Amino acid sequence: MSTGASLDRPLTRNVRPDRSPTDLVAYEANGGYRGLRGTIGTLSPADCLQIVKDSKLRGRGGAGFPTGMKWSFVPMDNADGGHKYLICNADEMEPGTFKDRLLLECDPHQLIEGMILSAYTIQADIAYIFIRAEYHKAARLLREAIAACYDKGYLGKDILGSGYTLDMQVHSSAGRYICGEETALISSLEGKRANPRAKPPFPQVSGLWGRPTIVNNVETLCNIHHIIERGADWFQGLGLTEDAGTKMYGVSGRVKNPGCWELPMGTPIRQIIEEYAGGMEDGYSLRGFLPGGGSTDFLTPEHLDLAMDYDTIGKAGSRMGTGTMIILDDQTCPVGFVKNLMEFFARESCGFCTPCRDGLPWSAQVLDDIEHGRGRPEDMDTLARQVTFIGAIGNTHCALAPGAMEPLQSAMKYFREDFERHITGGSCPWCDGGAH
Amino acid sequence: MPVITIDGQSYEVEQGKNLLETCLSLGLDLPYFCWHPAMGSIGACRQCAVVQYQNAEDARGRIVMGCMTPVTDGAIFSLAGDKAQQFREAIVESLMLNHPHDCPVCAEGGECHLQDMTVMVGHRDRHYRGLKNTHRNQDLGPLINHEMNRCITCYRCTRYYRDYAGGTDLAAMAAHDHVYFGRHQEGVLDSEFAGNLVEVCPTGVFTDKGLVHDYTRKWDLQSAPSVCTACAVGCNTMPGERYGRLKRVHNRFNAEVNGYFLCDRGRFGAGFVNSDQRLDYPGLREDDGRFRALDHHQALQHMMHACEDGKVAGIGSPRASVEANFLLRTLVGADNFAPGFSDAEQVLVNLALSLQQTSPATTPDIRSIESADAILVLGEDVTNTAPRIALALRQSVRNKAYELAAGLRLETWQDAAIRNLAQQQRSPLYIATVADTRLDDVALERISLAPAAIAALGRAVAASIRGELANAPADAAAEEFSQQFSQHQLHHLATAIAGALAGAQRPLIVSGTGSGSPAVLAAAAEIARSLCANNKQAMLSLAVPEANSLGQAMLAGPTAPNLQQLQQRLDAGEIDTLVVLENDLFRRGPTDRINELLAACRQVIVLDGLDNATTSAASLVLPAANFAESEGTLVSMEGRAQRYYQVFQPQAERHPSWVWLLACMKELERAEVHPLHHFDDITRACSAAVPALAGIAGAAPDHHFRNVGVRIPRQPHRYSGRTAMRANISVHEPRQPTDEESPLAFSMEGLNRNQPGSLLPYVWAPGWNSNQSLHRFQSEAGGPLKGGTGGARLLQAGAASAAGPVVAEEPASPAPGQWQLVPRQRIFGSDELSALSPQIAELAGNAYLELHPDDAQSLQLSEGDGVEVGSGLATLAVRINASLSQGCAGYSVGLPGTHNLQALALVELRPATHWQRAPELIGSDRSGGHS
Repeated sequence: MSTGASLDRPLTRNVRPDRSPTDLVAYEANGGYRGLRGTIGTLSPADCLQIVKDSKLRGRGGAGFPTGMKWSFVPMDNADGGHKYLICNADEMEPGTFKDRLLLECDPHQLIEGMILSAYTIQADIAYIFIRAEYHKAARLLREAIAACYDKGYLGKDILGSGYTLDMQVHSSAGRYICGEETALISSLEGKRANPRAKPPFPQVSGLWGRPTIVNNVETLCNIHHIIERGADWFQGLGLTEDAGTKMYGVSGRVKNPGCWELPMGTPIRQIIEEYAGGMEDGYSLRGFLPGGGSTDFLTPEHLDLAMDYDTIGKAGSRMGTGTMIILDDQTCPVGFVKNLMEFFARESCGFCTPCRDGLPWSAQVLDDIEHGRGRPEDMDTLARQVTFIGAIGNTHCALAPGAMEPLQSAMKYFREDFERHITGGSCPWCDGGAH
Repeated sequence: MPVITIDGQSYEVEQGKNLLETCLSLGLDLPYFCWHPAMGSIGACRQCAVVQYQNAEDARGRIVMGCMTPVTDGAIFSLAGDKAQQFREAIVESLMLNHPHDCPVCAEGGECHLQDMTVMVGHRDRHYRGLKNTHRNQDLGPLINHEMNRCITCYRCTRYYRDYAGGTDLAAMAAHDHVYFGRHQEGVLDSEFAGNLVEVCPTGVFTDKGLVHDYTRKWDLQSAPSVCTACAVGCNTMPGERYGRLKRVHNRFNAEVNGYFLCDRGRFGAGFVNSDQRLDYPGLREDDGRFRALDHHQALQHMMHACEDGKVAGIGSPRASVEANFLLRTLVGADNFAPGFSDAEQVLVNLALSLQQTSPATTPDIRSIESADAILVLGEDVTNTAPRIALALRQSVRNKAYELAAGLRLETWQDAAIRNLAQQQRSPLYIATVADTRLDDVALERISLAPAAIAALGRAVAASIRGELANAPADAAAEEFSQQFSQHQLHHLATAIAGALAGAQRPLIVSGTGSGSPAVLAAAAEIARSLCANNKQAMLSLAVPEANSLGQAMLAGPTAPNLQQLQQRLDAGEIDTLVVLENDLFRRGPTDRINELLAACRQVIVLDGLDNATTSAASLVLPAANFAESEGTLVSMEGRAQRYYQVFQPQAERHPSWVWLLACMKELERAEVHPLHHFDDITRACSAAVPALAGIAGAAPDHHFRNVGVRIPRQPHRYSGRTAMRANISVHEPRQPTDEESPLAFSMEGLNRNQPGSLLPYVWAPGWNSNQSLHRFQSEAGGPLKGGTGGARLLQAGAASAAGPVVAEEPASPAPGQWQLVPRQRIFGSDELSALSPQIAELAGNAYLELHPDDAQSLQLSEGDGVEVGSGLATLAVRINASLSQGCAGYSVGLPGTHNLQALALVELRPATHWQRAPELIGSDRSGGHS
């Protein structure tokens, strides 16, 4: 846990060791809302957009799309005078991911300030925080924080006398993984089935209620007021590699000190796992890891010295995703590991398109057969076919199913002999009574 | 036009289409499930995958969905490549994981789109060895059978039911591979258009319950092109027969009329064809009052003598064909021919016809109605009088969405995107009726008014369009109803409506005879005329009651006698014999008056298909073939003459009415009929004799027509068991019946391809066994039929110049203690014959009288109580409807027990004595359920 109050760790500077929430008084005492006061009515929305563009901030939800570019698609003439929306995606449900929770629970005002400035930049008049149902503590803290902001004049009509008006609400999700997909989130927020939407049109022009809408991840939005306050150069200087800023990294699995840390973007994986997470637990060794949550391809110990940033991890054949790693150790069955994930994704399919709805349960079924010794040699072909069938973006309606296939396809590459041992041995070598 | 390359071949294609519909239009087999030509694309099933290449150098390409990919100039696609084929096969294999493979016991088998697509992609061997998911089925009422295990989750059902038809009680529930399409609990599907699920569902989840219980495979059905007789819209149908029983009615595509969809009255309302009340033999009333069965020849002799001796008048029927009515009119003479409306309806239908004949506004077909961008519905509850129009109005209000979509350059087939973009934004629809309607959810404003106030509102709208509202004198009719509707409100609403209509590109006024008010009809026409005077091309759509109401008004003309005038002539001794054609007169007036009319006749000859009160009162009854057993022409509410054909030949001594009447006149050696031998001769004679009907001969080709030298088969090429189906009677197969009256054959031999659209008996194409084969009969996927639309428009758009406003009779206003009877039309029950179909009868319920809660309270009546209307006119169950205009009493038109009630009559109401509340209501009484 970073305790840094320094400018090197802007996101977690108000995060206390006991993780108690930072209230408005404490937040302001530490310089909070200075960015807001200094910006609204001083800088134009176009100025703010330019700063965010120059900062090279990329979306922290997983896809890494440049935030400034995303915002620039929002029509600014607003000739029809209708609503525009900013939505914070706080539906953090990626397996192994808990970085947003830390930011939400420990420093709700940081998010709100970031959202006000983001909304101001795109001239949105309504902002929603779409929060995972299980994050009820964070939802309560956010509601309290929003109420405090209304009292202070940071939200509502004519914010700080600038003439800019913004309303903000917290919406607790009804609880589906797919709500993390921005268009499914919008469908859900409209009270419809949480099905993703085909693009184009993109939400930037036709989103919530058919109006221009920006959906950003919690961590992305938390960066905004720091960037606008301190400038693009400062932000770029925080990163160790091409990618700018800091990143909330996390590690889970059999390491000595699982957790979440704000570190410079591009911190080497080895440093994160061995230094911050304390290395593997005694008696366990590292076989592989999913670098960015449950829907990213496995990397192996040979990748430990790579920098943890979007492009480097992408070139290694995986994705940085949410930046929160899941460790596969040598005493955990990789087939069972992948099966567990596949069952999750099959269950969380919205049921809209065929490859995902019917393909994922089939893959899970085959993995279950293999894991329990009922596998047949031809099952490897079936899985390989499923990977081709489901695994490409464009084959399916959204990215859920291709993401779900990433651990499977990389496990079949790196741990193929383990699959085959299950099939030829007729049981799981890791389970009790296995390895006959 | 863009040029695209598909598998190395260049095609010039139409701009603005997606690749899937383009491929289908080109005749290329590209499988699909979720796309529907009337509902566009959503990209759910992923079945129409093709490979798209970036450029000529791109050797890999990427998978795209045909239905979601616009055709752009220079685009390169592969349908046939391994990558695309393997993907499409994998999709079917995935869809089949949970499909039960129960084709042999499935009602869809043999016309199943899933079967066709499975064969088309070449999927054969399963790799899946897990268990199949199963679901519980629901009882969705008498119309639709539900078998969820067969579902392939294409979402067509809910997209049709909710998005297209506006239903709310069918939904996609649960998620992942457990998605369930059904109601939140068992119960009758609420939409009047639920039956289209049968044709929209690509497999056997939603099937026709009537067909399921009296089953025949598509390949064994004998079908003919037909026209729905259940209302005046004139939807095109394809009824199917086997063993002398009508098995089902399918939609027959007509790009200008019904498109892909029917209403449930039309689809399920033809069951009366199989009724056990069907008359098989002529009957002559004996002195003891009983009927003696006659054979064909005896019956003709009796009819001939009656017509020879007597002074004969005829009562035709708006539910019988133009030809049968024309022959009756020829038999009795035009002066002695009553069209067979009730007296009030005769005024209304004649007015509706003359308003359209003299209006500068166009009379729209349904496709034009769907293009309207501002609509006023004046007085007509179209869902219950002309249901298919209501479904069309749901599409017209979406023109606003298409306008918004054009702003983002979204193609019209981008269904989900356009709906997400437009959300609740709709083109303006205003509705003024006596009570709530089923279109209220898409209306910008709906207001409940008494008929006179509806007419006053209409006149105010017209005045506002002309810019004369401010100077208009206070409207007396509006004054009368000032309690609910002040002059100020009237002006305010009228101005808003006028603004919407005048500001639109394609304004539409919808009204009709359903309100019973001539003033309402006249006001609707006045609005249209005012719009046209402002150089707007306005549309005026007026609903009339029955399948041939308009044709009957055209045939009989405005001076034809009504029932009252017939009575006077009977009383005066000018006539003594009545020939009644396919008309139950007891539905046309108060029972006492009809009894009086019939009692005044020496002889009453009735031609009809089913036993009814009028046949029971006849001296001679001739069994008439029904629509499925005969041919004829009907003129729809838009003035479209359309031909229907024999689906099968009638048995016993049933004959088409025109056959009876022609034979009778031949016996009488009447000169007019000497040249008439065939059905077509009658059509031509009618067309020559009646100027308004001059166009009817052009409705369809005559019986000489041959399709590339051969007839058009009624039976598909796989029709089976012809030698066996009568084997229990005789092992000798009789000669197949011949058809001398049409180009169709009672045979599987012939050519069912590219013929005129009016002659399409069924759709079927190689590899396409389901109704999805339709695109092979269309000029392009979703477009009009290759052989043309068929039918002949008799009302020429804008032909007549603007005439002066027609003065219509004002309905009187109720005095204190009086209520005005207003017709409440019922899609299930108000139409005579469809209400006799078992499935519809189950939904029709009992007759009722609707009252506003305050009115009911003043009468000390509550829901389910009995109310006596007038002095013994009717005793009906009370229904409370808070949306009903106060002072009005709405009666369920056409249901048994309401025939004495006349629209707009002023009556007194009192609680009925000796009334037994329905048992289910007594329970609620006990628990204090009502006040």
